[in-house]
Amino acid sequence: MKTTFKLNGKSTTVDVPPDMPLLWVLRDELNLKGTKFGCGQTFCGACTVHVKGKAVRSCATAISVVQGSEVTTIEGLSLDGTHPLQRAWEEIDVPQCGYCQAGQLMSAAALLEKTPKPTDAQIDAAMGGNICRCATYLRIRQAIHLAADLPRANATGQGKPGLED
Amino acid sequence: MTTPSQKAKTIERREFLRATAIVGGGLLFASYAEPLSALETWGTPAADFVPNAFIRMTPDGIVTIIGKNPEIGQGMKTTLPMLIADELDVEWKNVRVEQGDLDAKYSTGLGGPAAAFNATAMAGQSAGGSTATPTNWFPMRRVGAAARAMLVRAAAQTWGVPDAECDTTPGVVVHKASGRTLKYTALLDKAASVQPPGLATLKLKDAQDFRIIGTKVKGVDNHAIVTGKPLFGIDVTLPGMLYAAFVKAPVFGSNVVSANYDAAKAQPGVKHVFPVEGGPQLTGLVSGVAIVATSWWAAQKARAVLDIKWADHPTSQQSSAGFAQQAAELSKQPPQRNLKKDGDVDAAYMTAAKVIEAEYFYPFIAHAPLEPQNCTAQWKDGKMEIWAPSQSPGGGRNLVASTLGIPQTDIIVHMTRSGGGFGRRLNNDYMVEAARIAKEIAGAPVKLLWTREDDIQHDFYRPAGFHYFKGGVDASGKIVAWRDHFVSFSAGQNFAQAANVGATEFPARFVPNFQLDVSMIPLGVPTGFLRAPGSNGLAYVMQSFINELATAADKDPLQFRLDLLASGPQDLQDFSAPRARGVLELVREKSGWGKTTLPKGTGMGVAFHFSHSGYFAEVVQATVTRDGSLKVDKVWVAGDIGPQIINPSNAENQAQGSVLDGIAEALDQEITIDKGAVKQSNFDDFMLLRMPQAPLVEVHWKLSDSRVTGLGEPALPPVVPALTAAIFAATGKRVRSLPISKHDLKWG
Repeated sequence: MKTTFKLNGKSTTVDVPPDMPLLWVLRDELNLKGTKFGCGQTFCGACTVHVKGKAVRSCATAISVVQGSEVTTIEGLSLDGTHPLQRAWEEIDVPQCGYCQAGQLMSAAALLEKTPKPTDAQIDAAMGGNICRCATYLRIRQAIHLAADLPRANATGQGKPGLED
Repeated sequence: MTTPSQKAKTIERREFLRATAIVGGGLLFASYAEPLSALETWGTPAADFVPNAFIRMTPDGIVTIIGKNPEIGQGMKTTLPMLIADELDVEWKNVRVEQGDLDAKYSTGLGGPAAAFNATAMAGQSAGGSTATPTNWFPMRRVGAAARAMLVRAAAQTWGVPDAECDTTPGVVVHKASGRTLKYTALLDKAASVQPPGLATLKLKDAQDFRIIGTKVKGVDNHAIVTGKPLFGIDVTLPGMLYAAFVKAPVFGSNVVSANYDAAKAQPGVKHVFPVEGGPQLTGLVSGVAIVATSWWAAQKARAVLDIKWADHPTSQQSSAGFAQQAAELSKQPPQRNLKKDGDVDAAYMTAAKVIEAEYFYPFIAHAPLEPQNCTAQWKDGKMEIWAPSQSPGGGRNLVASTLGIPQTDIIVHMTRSGGGFGRRLNNDYMVEAARIAKEIAGAPVKLLWTREDDIQHDFYRPAGFHYFKGGVDASGKIVAWRDHFVSFSAGQNFAQAANVGATEFPARFVPNFQLDVSMIPLGVPTGFLRAPGSNGLAYVMQSFINELATAADKDPLQFRLDLLASGPQDLQDFSAPRARGVLELVREKSGWGKTTLPKGTGMGVAFHFSHSGYFAEVVQATVTRDGSLKVDKVWVAGDIGPQIINPSNAENQAQGSVLDGIAEALDQEITIDKGAVKQSNFDDFMLLRMPQAPLVEVHWKLSDSRVTGLGEPALPPVVPALTAAIFAATGKRVRSLPISKHDLKWG
């Protein structure tokens, strides 16, 4: 069955079974590997994407549900990796293994859309569904605060590893 | 003839030309003011300088360095290249890191086979035991120093001066006496013809000269991670690739009797369905059914109609409840083995001022790295090519070779980034499964992916353990007797993997009358190394019983430990009491231990542990409400892993992650065996830590005059007993079994 939706700003059509989860359509049909499989049951948040601007678990979202919707994945969070959260994540050196971080970023981005200057408690509440097995939670919290203070459109395009000043 | 300084200028200009040629094309000559003769030497582009298997320097100034070890989140893809880059003396911003494949050239090329802690030998390509830092500290630095020496010689030859008169600043050779300089980029051609130096002749930097080591260097894959680039095993994509699911028995070791292969084959997208015969080793290929389809989703869906019948297996008689019953019975009997006997505990109990007994238990737990097990393999033209997120790729190649009868030389292993390891990927069961499936379907590459349920129910679990303690203190409050009857698990005649204890486990050697006894229960459930193996359970029970004896002696538990450490040998080869005291003193100072007045229901607990060559003391502050709800408020960490913290950013991240990992294990993790199978299946019943549960973790380092050691593991073990001690301080309740969530902590 054909499903058409807007993916990272571009109209996209796939011909897959209607019950195929959006996660597997993204990863294996459209070759967008940024969205991760962690549990398949909505418990871990590694597969978080935005549908109509809201953070959803793509592992439990049938492709038929997103017909006509706008879907944003980590690849579309910014054009060049310069979303304030992405810059903050690099600045704070958040990742350990890095596997959950795309999902963390998508949940954090949805939070900042609604709550541009979140408190620790608001961050904890919004991020409680995203597991980081390496437990980089302290730096995730720190990076969300930093991103909230960064100008939104100041795209530097940088991101190369480098010594801290 | 040009003077050296003119030549240097010319070479710098050449670089300018090269850059301009790439960007500006035809503008090049028009804007160039010097005589054309200078251009004649330009000719063909300068060659790359590849002094050894780890380094490639190109005329654009980029230095590409191979990260040879698996990256599982421990940071070695950044750390090991830092060691090379510092000794090579280049700017880190010019370094690009590439992941190396499994290849003998990364472990035998510079001084012989792997040998732990040998200063000249190269270490192998694995991630385990917090060994990468100590085993690579000298070899990786020598790799960089050797290349630097070649660049220095090239410059010295150019100038006609001795090497010894030359030095470097980042990317530049300097002749000190004349002030002449040559950029590395100008020396690449010449350096390529220099004879590589003997490793023994290399002089490494003094610590005060490090420019990269000791600075906060960010993870080299961070940008790829935050932009969702393919990096991990699960992200591997190859032309014509198929996808596989592999279904194994719920009961460990059980074999396939029958299955509805035809029904599964009839499902949309399914290409192959076949049984796989397994061997007796649970670490190897085990019996199951493989489904190969055009998408993983299709393969996964077809599982539902397989209707596999599994053979009866004796392990189905085993259960967690049964183990507890057996342990209780064994504890009342004479132990099967004695591991250490100092003095006479029974006589000491008679004269002790106070004697106490306590039973402790920790459960099986799973690793649950967030990236489910996966591996991609292709069997083509007699070669097996493998892409795997493994902590032990060499072990995986051995397993594939011996299981499938393929010569090692016909197996290629590419190492991908791993979405967590924690010891789980030291086993390569997923690799041999993928290779077996690839060999059956022959030709097409196939990606095997497990579900989370497959992962939690087919792990190599941290073994459970039962400890029966009896100890005594004298009138002065000193421990005079300690006996532990440890009921553990066996596989054959030996301890099950990671279920052992060493005869020197602390407080052995610090208590005059000491006895460590062991009895074992035969186990059919596979066990394995989980981050800080052994220590992650032993620290909890040993340090907890030390706390109980401190209470019996009416002593402050931190001072009690300092006194205990001071009472024994100070100069043991394998354990430094002064270093252990050092971290305890540091954590006392940083946490304000004994100086803070805490409200009722809030308490601090302390513990220390030595493992993986690291000394860690930790203080936990926790609050328990009257109705029994627990919150971990804060953790202070003091660690001694030698004289040098290589990357303070990663070091803090690792220590915080380890501590939070330990808190997760203590709070709510348990794997329950029921009829030979695991009851838990996903993150709704096997609980990982979530952000609202994560306390602040403050990390402090004590530098010591010892060797540089690793950090993936040793910060974890002490937090568990420090947390249960904090609960005791807050509530008066001892937590003698894990997880804590099973205890009623109500008070008042």
